[in-house]
Amino acid sequence: MKIGAPKERATGEARVALTPESAQHIHKLGHECLVESGAGAAAGFSDDAYREAGVSVVDGAEALWREAEVVIKVREPSEEEADRLHQGQTLISFFWPAQNEALLERCKARGASVMAMDMVPRISRAQKMDALSSTANIAGYRAVIEAGNQFGRFFTGQVTAAGKVPPAKVLIVGAGVAGLSAIGTATSLGAVVRAFDVRPEVAEQIESMGAEFLFLDFDESQDGSESGGYAAPSSPEFREKQLALFREQAPEVDIVITTALIPGKPAPKLWLEDMVAAMKPGSVIVDLAAEKGGNCEATVPDERIVTDNGVIVVGYTDFPSRMATQASLLYATNIRHMLTDLTPEKDGTIVHDMEDDVIRGTTVTHQGEITFPPPPPKVKAIGASKPKEKVKEPTPEEKKAAEHAAFKAQTKRQVGLLAVGGVVMLLLGQVAPASFMQHFIVFALACFVGFQVIWSVSHSLHTPLMAVTNAISGIVILGAVLQIGSGNWLVGLLAGISVLIASINIVGGFLVTRRMLAMFQKS
Amino acid sequence: MLGQEFVSAAAIAASVLFILSLGGLSNQEKAKRAVWYGIVGMAVAVFFTMLGPGVGGYWLMIPMMIVGAVVGTVVAKRVEMTQMPQLVAALHSFVGLAAVFVGWNADMERTRMLAMRTAGESLDGLSAFAATLASKTPAELTFLQVEVVLGVFIGAVTFTGSIIAFGKLAGKVDGKARQYPGGHWLNAGAAVLCLLLAIGYLNGAGFWTLLLLALLAFFIGWHLIMGIGGADMPVVVSMLNSYSGWAAAAIGFTLSNDLLIVTGALVGSSGAILSYIMCKAMNRNFINVILGGFGAKQSEAAEIEGEQVAIDTGGVASALNDADSVIIVPGYGMAVAQAQNAVSDLVRKLRSAGKQVRFGIHPVAGRLPGHMNVLLAEARVPYDIVMEMDEINDDFAETDVVIVIGSNDIVNPAAQEDPNSPIAGMPVLKVWEAKQVFVCKRGQGTGYSGIENPLFFKENTRMLYGDARSSIDTLVPMIE
Repeated sequence: MKIGAPKERATGEARVALTPESAQHIHKLGHECLVESGAGAAAGFSDDAYREAGVSVVDGAEALWREAEVVIKVREPSEEEADRLHQGQTLISFFWPAQNEALLERCKARGASVMAMDMVPRISRAQKMDALSSTANIAGYRAVIEAGNQFGRFFTGQVTAAGKVPPAKVLIVGAGVAGLSAIGTATSLGAVVRAFDVRPEVAEQIESMGAEFLFLDFDESQDGSESGGYAAPSSPEFREKQLALFREQAPEVDIVITTALIPGKPAPKLWLEDMVAAMKPGSVIVDLAAEKGGNCEATVPDERIVTDNGVIVVGYTDFPSRMATQASLLYATNIRHMLTDLTPEKDGTIVHDMEDDVIRGTTVTHQGEITFPPPPPKVKAIGASKPKEKVKEPTPEEKKAAEHAAFKAQTKRQVGLLAVGGVVMLLLGQVAPASFMQHFIVFALACFVGFQVIWSVSHSLHTPLMAVTNAISGIVILGAVLQIGSGNWLVGLLAGISVLIASINIVGGFLVTRRMLAMFQKS
Repeated sequence: MLGQEFVSAAAIAASVLFILSLGGLSNQEKAKRAVWYGIVGMAVAVFFTMLGPGVGGYWLMIPMMIVGAVVGTVVAKRVEMTQMPQLVAALHSFVGLAAVFVGWNADMERTRMLAMRTAGESLDGLSAFAATLASKTPAELTFLQVEVVLGVFIGAVTFTGSIIAFGKLAGKVDGKARQYPGGHWLNAGAAVLCLLLAIGYLNGAGFWTLLLLALLAFFIGWHLIMGIGGADMPVVVSMLNSYSGWAAAAIGFTLSNDLLIVTGALVGSSGAILSYIMCKAMNRNFINVILGGFGAKQSEAAEIEGEQVAIDTGGVASALNDADSVIIVPGYGMAVAQAQNAVSDLVRKLRSAGKQVRFGIHPVAGRLPGHMNVLLAEARVPYDIVMEMDEINDDFAETDVVIVIGSNDIVNPAAQEDPNSPIAGMPVLKVWEAKQVFVCKRGQGTGYSGIENPLFFKENTRMLYGDARSSIDTLVPMIE
C-alpha cells in the first residue's frame, strides 16, 4: 500500500505526519511511503532526508492525494482536501468527529474510510497510538517554557551573594497528561509546584511528580474511571468550593497553567477576572484550553495579552506546533503504531478489522457508513478504583469512651478469671490435702512468674530460650536421684536410666545454649 | 550427708537462679551471663539434692551422670545450627521419658511402702523418696496417684511426640501430615481409654493400668504429631517444650519437691508463650494447628494473572550494585540449602560497599522459634541488622531491593489482599512494596500451605531459580 503524507495547509501548523524515521518502520510493514514536497520543512525534515529514508517525494498535494491509498495527516482535512478523497481511500488524522459533523458527512459521501487519531480508546494496548497524550505532553512542557519566557524571575530559589531569590510558585489546574507534564517540567526547573484536579485519584500521580496536591474536601468527588480517565463537568456546589480555593491561591502564585478540558464541551471557566486582578504584576497565566474558549476569563485565543494590573495571559493554541520537530516525531510514531495494527501480517496489506477495539473505536466512517460514535470498548479503560473506606478519626470523647469500654471489658475478664480460679481453688481445697495446696500455691506463683519473665525475652533469642528451658527441664533428674537408692532393683534401674538421659539434657542443653549465645555478635 | 534445711535453701537459690536465667534472655549481651545463672542453679540443685538425706545408690548415679554429661557434651559440640530444631525435639523426648520412668517408680515405691507398712516392717531404713511417702497420709497418697497419672501421661505424650517431631525435622520421617483412618477420633478414643484406666488405677487396679496408660499415651503422642506438617513444627516444638515442663511439674507434685514444681512451671509457661506467639504469627489458633492442617478447607482463592519472570544472577548483581538499601528475607529454604554463610558473605560485601543491608525475620520462618536468628548468628551476621517483622515491615516501601531466600508463605501478599486465601489475615512481610524483589527459589512449586503466591507474579518481582547456596555463591563475586 502507498502511505502518503501531504503538507499541512492550516495556518501556523508546522507538524508533519511522516518523519524519515517513521518511514523506515513503515517500510518494514511492506508499505511504500510518499510525502508531499516541503511537507516536513517546517518541522526540520528536508525532502532530501525523506529521500534518504526511501520515501518518494511527490510535487503538489493533488498528485499525493491521488496516488496515496492511505493518507496520513495531522489536522482534520479542509473541505478542499476532503473532496480529494476517493473511494476506498483511508485517511488517518485528527478529526474531532463530534464537532465536525458536516466534514464527516462529506468524507462519507466520498466513500473513504476515516480514522480519527483523537478517538483512540484509552486502553493500555492503545497507549502507543494515543496521539492526544503525546500532544498534550508536549503542550504541558511547552506551556512551562513559554511561561518561563514571559516570567521575569528565576524558577528556582537561590541564595546568591547579591541576595536571596525566592522560588517561583506555580499552580497547575488539571492534572491530565498535559498537567502532569507541566508539573514535571516546572519541578525540574526548581519551582514550587501546586496542582489541582477534580479527580482525587490523581493525587498520587501529582505527588509522585513532586508537586503538592491541593485537596478539596468534598463528598461527591469524581471517579475518573467512569469516563475513561477524563474529567466530567462538576456540580455548581463543587465549582464554588473550587473557585474559593483558587481565589485563595491567586495572590500567592506567580505562574498559573490551566489545562482543564472536558471532552466534547467548551472549557470550564475556572480562573475568573477577580483572580487575575488579585495576582501580582508580572505573573503569568498560560491557558492551554484557549482553543476551547479558555479556562481563564481574560484569555484571548492565539494571543498574548497584558492585563491592566500587569498580568501576562498567554492564549496560544499552537503549543505542539511550536515544537514541531518533537511533535512530529511523536505523532509520526503514533501513526506508525496505528499502521502496525492495521497491517497484522506485515505484508503491506491493510486489514480494517472492525472487531478490534482500537481500530473500531478510531474509525469514524467506513465503507460508506458513519461509524461514530463507537460502541464502548470491550476492555474497560481504567480499572474502577475501589471506593476507599473512610476511616473516621475518632473524636477525643469517642476515644475516651472506647478506652473506657476496653478497660471495663478487661477488668471484667480479669475479675471473671480470678473468680473462676478462686472457686476452683476453693473446691480443690475441699478435697485436696493441705500439703498439696501448699505445693499448688508454689506452682501457681511459678507459672505467673514464668509468664511475666518469658514475655520480655527477645524474639531473636527464642531458639536459645528453648535450648535453655530444655536444659532446665532436665531438673527431673532430681526425681530420679531421690529414687535411685531404692531397695527395689527395677526402681533403681529406671531411675538410673532417668539420671542418664536427664544429664544428657542438662549438659547438652546448657552447652548448646552457650555455643549459640556466643555466636550473637554486634556489628 | 546434709540436712533437709540445706537442701531447701539450695532449692530456693536454684529457683531464683533459673528465673534470672530465663529473664536474662531479654537481650543478647545479658544472655551470655544468664546462661551461667542457669548452669550454677542446676549445679546447686543437683549437688545438694545428691547429698541430701536418704539419697543412695551413688555407685549407679555418678557413673550415669558422667556418661550423660559426656554424651551431652559431644552432642552439643557436634550439632550443626541447621540441626537445632531436631536437637531440641530430641532433648524434649528425654525429659518426657524420664518423667514416665520417675512416675512409674513413684507408684512402685508406693506399693512397696504400703506393703511394708501392712507387714509391720520398720520404715526407717527407706531411701529419700520412699521416706517422704511414708510420712504421707492416705488422702495425700490418693492425690499422689492423680499426680502420677498426670506425670506419666504428659511425659509419654511428650516422649513419642518429640521423637516424631525429631524424625520429621531430621528428614527421617516423611514431613507431610499423615494419619490413620479415623484421624483424631483415634486420639480421642485413646484419650478416653486413658481416662478409664486412670479411674481404674485410682480405685486400686494395680501397676498394669499405669503401664497400659503410658502405652496409649505413647500412641497419642506419636499419632498426633504424625498428623502435623513440617511448617507447623515451630508450634509443635514449642508445644512439646511446654509439655516437658508440665511433666516435670507433675513429677514435682508427686515427689513433693517445690524446686521441680517451680522449674516445671517456668518451662511450661515458656513453651506455652512460644506456642502462642507462633500461632499468632500464623493467624491460626492453637487447636487449629494441632488438629487441623492446611488443605482441608480450601475455598476459592483469587485467580492470579500474569507470569513469573525469571532472571539470572547477573541481573540481580547489577540491581544490587545500583541499590542503596537491601533487605534479605530468609526462610526455611535457606537452612535447607545451607546458604547462610554465602548470604553472610554477600552481606559483608554489600555493607563494605556502603549499602544498608538488613534482614527481615518472620516469627515462623524456619522450623523453630528464632531459628533464622541463630543460623545468621552462626554465619557471623551481626544481630543488630537482623530485624523482627514488626520492626522492619514499614521500611519495605523505601527499600530498593529485597531478596527473598527460601521463604514463601511468609511473604505472600494474598494473606492481606485476598480474603478467600487459606492464609488470609496472617501477618506477612510486605516485601512487594519494595522497588524490586528477587525471589531465590528452587522451582515453581508452591509453599507449605500449597497456595500460589501472587508475589511471584508481581511486576516488580523477578525469580532467581536454582539452589540458594550456589545462586548466592555465584552472585557474591559480581558485587562491586
